Amino acid sequence: MAFLHGLSKSHTGSGSGLKSRSLTPYILLAPGLIWLITFFIIPIFSLASTSTMVRPEGSQIGTYVQELRFANYIDAFLASREQYLRSFIYAALATLLALAIAYPLAYAIAFKSGKFRNILLVLVIAPFFTSFLLRTIAWTQILADSGPVVSAIKVIPFIDETFRINNTSTAVVIGLAYNFLPFMTLPLYASLERIDPRTLEASGDLYANGLTTFRKVTLPLSMPGVVAGTLLTFIPAAGDYVNAAILGNPNTKMIGNVIESRFFAVVDYPTAAALSFTLMATILILVTLYIRRSGTDELV
Amino acid sequence: MTKIAAPRPSLSHRTSRWFARNLIRIYAGVAFVYLFIPVAYTFAFSFNDAGKSNLVWQGFTLENWKNPCGAPQVCESVVNSLQIGVISTVLAAILGTMIAFALGRHKFKGRKTTNLLIFLPMATPEVVLGASLLAMFLNLRINPGFWTVVIAHVMFCISFVVVTVKARIASLDPRLEQAAMDLYANEKETFRYVTLPLVMPGIAGAALLAFSLSFDDFIITNFNSGIVSTFPKFVYVSAARGIPAQANVIGSAMFFIALIIVIVGQIVSRQRRKG
Amino acid sequence: MANNKVSQDTGDLKLDRVSKYYGDFCAVDDLSLVVPDGSFFALLGPSGCGKTTTLRMVAGLEEPSAGTISIGDTDITTQKPYRRNVNTVFQNYALFPHLTIFENIAFGLRRRGLKDVKSEVENALNLVEMGHLAQRKPNQLSGGQQQRIAVARAIVNRPEVLLLDEPLGALDLKLRRQMQIELKRIQTEVGITFIHVTHDQEEAMTMADTIAVMNLGKIEQMGSATELYEAPKTAFVANFLGQCNLIKGKVTNRANGKAVVSAKGLTFEVPLSRVATDNESVFVGVRPEKLRLDDNGINSIKDCVVIDRSFVGTSTQYLVKAPWDLDLVVFEQNDEGLHDLRVGDKVSLEWDAEHTFALDGAQDINAGADLDDEE
Repeated sequence: MAFLHGLSKSHTGSGSGLKSRSLTPYILLAPGLIWLITFFIIPIFSLASTSTMVRPEGSQIGTYVQELRFANYIDAFLASREQYLRSFIYAALATLLALAIAYPLAYAIAFKSGKFRNILLVLVIAPFFTSFLLRTIAWTQILADSGPVVSAIKVIPFIDETFRINNTSTAVVIGLAYNFLPFMTLPLYASLERIDPRTLEASGDLYANGLTTFRKVTLPLSMPGVVAGTLLTFIPAAGDYVNAAILGNPNTKMIGNVIESRFFAVVDYPTAAALSFTLMATILILVTLYIRRSGTDELV
Repeated sequence: MTKIAAPRPSLSHRTSRWFARNLIRIYAGVAFVYLFIPVAYTFAFSFNDAGKSNLVWQGFTLENWKNPCGAPQVCESVVNSLQIGVISTVLAAILGTMIAFALGRHKFKGRKTTNLLIFLPMATPEVVLGASLLAMFLNLRINPGFWTVVIAHVMFCISFVVVTVKARIASLDPRLEQAAMDLYANEKETFRYVTLPLVMPGIAGAALLAFSLSFDDFIITNFNSGIVSTFPKFVYVSAARGIPAQANVIGSAMFFIALIIVIVGQIVSRQRRKG
Repeated sequence: MANNKVSQDTGDLKLDRVSKYYGDFCAVDDLSLVVPDGSFFALLGPSGCGKTTTLRMVAGLEEPSAGTISIGDTDITTQKPYRRNVNTVFQNYALFPHLTIFENIAFGLRRRGLKDVKSEVENALNLVEMGHLAQRKPNQLSGGQQQRIAVARAIVNRPEVLLLDEPLGALDLKLRRQMQIELKRIQTEVGITFIHVTHDQEEAMTMADTIAVMNLGKIEQMGSATELYEAPKTAFVANFLGQCNLIKGKVTNRANGKAVVSAKGLTFEVPLSRVATDNESVFVGVRPEKLRLDDNGINSIKDCVVIDRSFVGTSTQYLVKAPWDLDLVVFEQNDEGLHDLRVGDKVSLEWDAEHTFALDGAQDINAGADLDDEE
């Protein structure tokens, strides 16, 4: 859990101030940073370079040469703008749904759980340990047309006989929200847990009712957790393709599905690279704007 | 509290008051049900006497648990996943801990760049991480396989280790290390006898996190594994033609093993604190 | 570790023109100081005065920007903390949470590779009367017990100098009083130099042989508790140690061992030995308990009005307004001669010349007063 703690809080780590101006920090940093540069930064540049390549006429599949064709981006975007837009809408909806579920959950664990607090925290992470693919596939059967959820809903009058959840956009959003729920809950819990319950009592003492206390005291104080949680949910959700592939239908494909199929099914590396690069850039811009807006640039 | 002649509130009134007061608890309970339904489902269907396609309940059996390697390729993929997980965890824990110490205990130029370099992989969608790494391997004419998966897993686990261990280091009272130096421990002894034992729980937590991220990763693995199968990849590939119940056995077993590790860890750390 | 050579010099601790800068901020400003071997010395001052920085430089946890620190004839200015024979009792104790009490105390002995760790530790535990807690962990101990263990952990090494950084800050009042006596006893028993950093004037006055009052990185005044209290040399010291009444005036005459100061048409006599300045402009100072509610002394102010009173058990404290814009504090002992005045009553104040002191009038009259003394 501590890593989420770390995300929502800045650690400048000025520490003891004992050690400075030596080689030691660089020796400590070197192996890890070289790893990250070699297998993260260079690939990103490699990706950028692939994105403007062109397949020479008549050449073998999978052979590309660099021609700095930036029009690849326009072609790629035009061909998949629908999935592109859909990814962000689904991710936003899933993030909101996860927030709506996780906030009261985190609040209950932080303030209402008493001695069960640690057990409940373990329970939040516990589902993680069952492969997320197995759980996602389990949802397809729980939400299946003849499954318990749909049957229960069909009991309600005026519900169409053709009503279904599985293989719809609803199922994809539910799956996304479900899969990233712990990422939302833990940072929320971390920031709520740090609130001194006495500040809430003080607010009550100063004539604020429950709702006002929540709006004016609890929510602002838990903002770092909300920011960290929404980011940790939104980013992976926007790039996900497993939920759409398992729970959706051909009309709910997300950008991740397109990238994956361009890579493996079509072997169109430039388009896949251009789409990946656009996705990454868009997310980074959104994240930066969001962090600026919410006034917590401590994350970086 | 002996109120005289206080009118006893009606039953319905009391029920609604109880409901209002415990609303948040009820909500949390529902959220936990949401979290655990698929886990329970997976567990239940690990006892399904289903043969190849584990879609419909066919009857109870312990056969799957007695013979988890019964279905083809299940255990090969699990062994691969475990090997990749252990190697990646060890490497990521070492590299990440070193970076965390540099960030938490040293002054140096380039701190901001380092922090950014740690943050970026966490802010990049997996599909981009996987695709870019594969693009590089393909450009270098390296065939993806076991070791390319390890490389990829170490890469995305490092950041999580750094953030976890750094938080632990930051929460250490710098006076403890100063006290050690004051008590005739030189830099190495201070690290060995004071700093490291106190940071160890953070490193252990980070390793557990790294292992579960590695073991459960599908997207990045799928891009960089070539013909090597891992457990999540096995599940995904066999989803189309029906997942054998043995996969549910593995998933459930992982769940209980991890739960036991976490609970034992909690008990041990509590015992240690009590001495 | 055999290679951990620890200096073994004995003698006085000397700080010679020591300064410490953090960027442009000067924490310790050209400070010189000699602490005699075997004495109980206190560095007293408000938070941010540089006392803790001074202590940390002696411990080796900070390096001075300028100047030298030595014990006896050995220069320890740049010596690593683990090479100097100086130990510290840290604020909030800094006991190692992962080690037992026994191992906490044995830590320094083991690092130096000494034999006979067990009996040394046991002796130290007995000295602080904590022998029965050897196998506990620090967080199972109360604040007072942790405090004793921190002292034992430092003293077991028989350091040349023991540094105590606000050692009683985390304890409640009663326990603090008890530990003050305890620390004094331990110091007498082991006979090593104690340097005690504190913002609590009562703590410093109770324990220390010599107190140095620090302000803004400099020593304002150094001396015994009585000297500092009865004859302060600056407004800061006068206000920081206890309460003080300061009256602005001008020296009109210096002769026959006394100075005459006039203020608002009144004259006050001050023994020349108690005048801390050659300037004409001065503050005449007198402690509240030295004032009497009477009007026939050599120094007196008539036509005052009581504007506030509070009963504090051993005494009654009055706030009295002089005929001009000046409020004076008066403590009257609760015994037979009690006046029992009410707010609005007219009074006269008088005090003896030998209880009067005079300070340089060019300083801030409120220096050292009303400081938030929490670290």
